[in-house]
Amino acid sequence: MVNHPIAGSRAGTVPAQGKRVARPKDSWIVRTFDNPAVLSFLFMLPAATLLLVFLTYPLGLGIWLGFTDTRIGRPGVFIGLDNYVSLFQDSMFWLAVTNTVLYTVIATIGKFTLGLWLALLLNNHLPAKALIRSIILVPWIVPTVLSALAFWWIYDSQFSIISWALVELGLIDHYIDFLGTPNNARASLIAANIWRGIPFVAICLLAGLQTISPSLYEAAALDGASAWQRFRHVTLPMLMPILAVVMTFSILFTFTDFQLIYAITRGGPAGTTHLMATLAFQRAIPGGQLGEGAAIAVAMIPFLLFATLFSYFALARRKWQQGGSDD
Amino acid sequence: MSDERAGMDYLNTWPRKLVTVYAPLSAFLIILLFPFYWMTVTTFKSNEELYNFKDYNPLWIHSPTLDNVKRLLFDTDYPQWLVITMTVAVVATAISLFASVLAAYAIQRLRFKGGQTVGLMIYLAYLVPPSILFIPLATMVFQFGLYDSPMALILTYPTFLIPFCTWLLMGYFKSIPYELEECALVDGASRIQILWKITLPLAVPGLISAGIFAFTLSWNEFIYALAFISSVEKKTVPVAVLTQLVEGDVYHWGSLMAGALLGSLPVAVIYSFFVEHYVSSLTGAVKE
Repeated sequence: MVNHPIAGSRAGTVPAQGKRVARPKDSWIVRTFDNPAVLSFLFMLPAATLLLVFLTYPLGLGIWLGFTDTRIGRPGVFIGLDNYVSLFQDSMFWLAVTNTVLYTVIATIGKFTLGLWLALLLNNHLPAKALIRSIILVPWIVPTVLSALAFWWIYDSQFSIISWALVELGLIDHYIDFLGTPNNARASLIAANIWRGIPFVAICLLAGLQTISPSLYEAAALDGASAWQRFRHVTLPMLMPILAVVMTFSILFTFTDFQLIYAITRGGPAGTTHLMATLAFQRAIPGGQLGEGAAIAVAMIPFLLFATLFSYFALARRKWQQGGSDD
Repeated sequence: MSDERAGMDYLNTWPRKLVTVYAPLSAFLIILLFPFYWMTVTTFKSNEELYNFKDYNPLWIHSPTLDNVKRLLFDTDYPQWLVITMTVAVVATAISLFASVLAAYAIQRLRFKGGQTVGLMIYLAYLVPPSILFIPLATMVFQFGLYDSPMALILTYPTFLIPFCTWLLMGYFKSIPYELEECALVDGASRIQILWKITLPLAVPGLISAGIFAFTLSWNEFIYALAFISSVEKKTVPVAVLTQLVEGDVYHWGSLMAGALLGSLPVAVIYSFFVEHYVSSLTGAVKE
């Protein structure tokens, strides 16, 4: 404890050592606990233990399970790539992959277009702005499954409120079967996902917008930039860093979405709306094929890595090219 | 912020603003809130009114009734599910906060060797989605004999709570002037005393943010609760509403919506008290 690395390096004039000498009563326990190395270790211990046991280990275990034929209640044996070979020939698996990619791409585009629009609207001078902002976050706070239940009811084939409203307005003449056909069901799920994602995107982007100095807009306006040009050449570039982070998160959570599909369609009609996550669950838990389910879950990892790296580097690189700082 | 922004506002006339700002904003608000309105309306309708769009306008309640809520509270295990969910959320939050405070302090303030790497690893841990982990976790839960026990949830929820809370708290600790700790060190305080008496009291807003976020995330968790719990009376609210209130092909929409509404209330109430914490930690966590 004689030379404390931080106290020493941060402020050379601080007489930390002299003070220490004045307290000879410190027992060895106190001194040990005051050693930054020991203390760091002890402080990291609870978090590290929990994360290693329940996160890192299962991640490895999942990859291993993908190479076995484990079932519920029966330990499996190593079967090499058999799970992946059979999945490769499984049209249901490929449908789930297509669905997942489609779902992620369309929902992400929708969320970011609408979310950015909402953020720009909120960035105006508005009365009761704080109140509006807190109301907007509500869909994001409420448990996904519970709001998904509301959507399930909104999408009901007989009593859908949307169909009722459209009929009353004279736009359609019979009720829409929202969840009855594969494409309708897919569109309905994507709409529900966009609905839930807008608040998160909008509030995060609003935070980004508020850091942009108004003088930039004034300068652009003086140079004769139109509203679109101000958006394209001031707002968007300044928003890129935060957009990159928010998009990484959004893509990650949309790609691995489970709750919304499980609550609204459970993969139906006839398994045509399964995403990879719901298919993995279907095969592993009710189906009992843990090995095969794990293989489907593992098959998500390359997509996730690609999506994360792409959205992060594609967007972060632009920031760097435009001379942003590198933190 | 809005005042600075007023600099360009003179360019917008009132009718123009009505069309470009207020109209779309109202549309957004209506669409974002409609499912909750619909949930509430359905909860307090009688069955005859619920399924009769011809005689009653579905958008309004003509004769409000508490039947659906009554059925939910007295004919199902709903109160029990609430208790279980609350217990799991509170305990998992407490464990995660404890672990996160220590970890965040160690990474941010003790600056041990490799601390930055550990910080990055914790960030990456947050990016590992539960959909990938639940199958191997299910086998572990079986092996540990925790299947169908709330313990399984209490132990697995910290996997997504700790990374989030640690990241959030690191930001807060960073904002506390280091000089305060130096002064205490000079005065002979031990590291633990500094954490307990100086840093933590100053980080209370951060602790509240992390706590309410962790609570909300636990309350909303679905896939682990679905996979690890099978007894009806031990299910958490989101899972139970979805799996127990639907009997075969008969959907009791009134009770289902009542279950969804009541299950949303606890988080909504907490949210309304701590809105600013939510917003600042959400945007803060992203900006980090």
